[in-house]
Amino acid sequence: MQHNEVIRSMKTVTLTLTNPSELLLEGQSITPDNFAGKKAAEIATLDVWEGKQKGPLGKYFTVAGDGGATAADTRIILRGDCTRVKRIGQQMTAGEIIIEGNADMYIGGWMKGGKIHVKGNVDSFCGIGMEGGELIVDGNAKHHVGASPRGEWRGMKGGLIRVAGSVGNDTATFINGGTIIIGGDADIHVSTHGEGGTVVIKGDARGRVGGQMVKGDIYVYGTIENPLPGFKMVGEVEQEVDGETALFAHYIGDLGERHPISRGKTVYANLYTRI
Amino acid sequence: MSKKVENVGCPYCGVCCDDLVVTVSDDGKKILEVENACAIGNQIFHHATGGERVRLPRLRQPDGTYKDISYDEAIDYAANVLYKAKKPLIYGFGSTNCEGMAAAAKVAEKAGAVLDNCASICHGSSFLAMFDNGYPSCTLGETKNRADVIVYWGANPAHAHPRHMSRYSIFPRGFFTGKGHKSRKIIVVDPRHTDTAQVADIYLQVQQGHDYELFDAFRAVVRGHEIPDVVAGIRREQIVEVADILKKARFGTIFYGMGLCHSDGRNHNVDIAISLTRDLNDFTKWTIMAMRGHYNITGPGAVWSWQYGYPYCLDLTKRDIAHMNPGETSSIDLAMRDEVDAFINIGTDAGAHFPIDAVKHLRKHPWITIDPNICMASEISDLHIPVGIVGVEVPGIVYRMDNVPIQYRKVIDPPEGVISDEEVFERIHKRLCELEAEEVAKEPVKAAPEGVRVGE
Repeated sequence: MQHNEVIRSMKTVTLTLTNPSELLLEGQSITPDNFAGKKAAEIATLDVWEGKQKGPLGKYFTVAGDGGATAADTRIILRGDCTRVKRIGQQMTAGEIIIEGNADMYIGGWMKGGKIHVKGNVDSFCGIGMEGGELIVDGNAKHHVGASPRGEWRGMKGGLIRVAGSVGNDTATFINGGTIIIGGDADIHVSTHGEGGTVVIKGDARGRVGGQMVKGDIYVYGTIENPLPGFKMVGEVEQEVDGETALFAHYIGDLGERHPISRGKTVYANLYTRI
Repeated sequence: MSKKVENVGCPYCGVCCDDLVVTVSDDGKKILEVENACAIGNQIFHHATGGERVRLPRLRQPDGTYKDISYDEAIDYAANVLYKAKKPLIYGFGSTNCEGMAAAAKVAEKAGAVLDNCASICHGSSFLAMFDNGYPSCTLGETKNRADVIVYWGANPAHAHPRHMSRYSIFPRGFFTGKGHKSRKIIVVDPRHTDTAQVADIYLQVQQGHDYELFDAFRAVVRGHEIPDVVAGIRREQIVEVADILKKARFGTIFYGMGLCHSDGRNHNVDIAISLTRDLNDFTKWTIMAMRGHYNITGPGAVWSWQYGYPYCLDLTKRDIAHMNPGETSSIDLAMRDEVDAFINIGTDAGAHFPIDAVKHLRKHPWITIDPNICMASEISDLHIPVGIVGVEVPGIVYRMDNVPIQYRKVIDPPEGVISDEEVFERIHKRLCELEAEEVAKEPVKAAPEGVRVGE
């Protein structure tokens, strides 16, 4: 099975944004799932939206290359300034997307599998409701990275989000599973209402880290400007995080929140700050 | 002989006082006296007949001046703007009736617009918290008749809801609260020592922007955990003392305002306030209520939730799919990101309330104001359509801050020829249908491949 995947050749579709929209572009059709089994000319007829106007993808992008037989065999490369293109890779299940520059909101939202690599920055709501796969951002991300959609109390379930730069507020709200690794700093609210999963912040966090959190783990390498009163230090532990081992102060919380009891012991969320 | 109209509803704040007595002149054209209203409510009635009103729509001319036009011309202009725009925004509705809101929603759906109300820059974050965490609330009548502990958190009703304290929370004698003020404990939490704080038994001067930490501390104490010596500028002993009062209350209500909704964290501040309310219900009965601003800003939430399933920030550009995500589909964000290309300001004053950069972005495109009065928005618009004042000249349903609908009445007729918000939107809707029919007739539907617009 593994062998088959190695020898299977991926086909690459290159989209170049040559005729940018006036307001914005909603590109939820830009996924390996939608491109699979289609020739370049067919891909160019897929829908994208600018407000209430529906247009073919080919009106804005030049399309080069055909899709692979399946989503897993399809790689999409986006060139040109996609700062105003939303929803790339939304709900994708397999394959690969490489965005050469910046991208807008909802990149990798509700993603189930495959890989997205953004070489620039992304806006808010990236990786929301994620269930699997990988979302790699080389630059910064704005707000709600890996958070749950509005009103959804079952947040990110799986997969990996890696942001090399900094993130805005509301990272990993209602996180249930999966891993988020932030290379830089995080603004307020990390893993609020969290029920599982792991968030690693290699820089500083401004505050409200783990508020209303039930279960799950947070690692902060830098400082927390305003720690919450609901977290209590219980000791020091050595842990391996993202390939390196370090000593951490271990806090449990949020003591103000409800907590389940498992095998007679109360389960708390864990917050580790690097010593 | 002048005529007295009793039990009139007040079109000012979310308290929706419905005990006003308005004296109207013999010819029914002038409001002479308004009893029971606060200073601001009083002014709204007197303003209606006190000075010159705009009686005809005004269209901006190339030289920058306004020219009076007919309602038909104005409706046609508005319909064409909506029809041609790729992503129009219809925003406001704090000060109109539910009938107008329903008609506007019809227009938004037909025009593929974004439909938003003042909650977007006000209590919208409360909605997000309610989505996430529920809303253990009550009516104002229950607070009046039962509550013995009242918390005002980040709210200043002494100025913003002048009769809230006297009608519902602090002073009135209710069924189980016969001693009125004497039987009630008042707690005010605010970074500023406001006029509301003057009447408090306990005042907590929370550090600005750290309400979330204070709520977290209260929750930890209520569950019997230790907390640090000082949280958000408040000493531990005082937090423990107040937590004890909250737990021992017979019935309590937390009233919260912009201090939670619009300081750092926004919906999360409200969210954790709701969590605290829920925790306190393990001990006694506690409720929470948003201090909604305008008299009918609760209305669009009720009307549109019923129509589309979402209370505000509705992206109807896909027409049969309603999408809502504040941060993306909220008015300020749309404006700041230059994502809309037409703007209708109705029953509010975006010119006064929006950040100047948002106004500048919106002003690049057509801007239409529908409002009875001259306001900042009307003065920078391309088109100003005057309408009757709801609650004074136009009757209708409004929703009080506790989601109780009240039928408002009119006390006088609008100036001659001036129509209601509802009629304006019904007529725009009709004109939009005509424009659509004209295009279909001009351009017969061709067999087009999936995903390609007809004509491309």
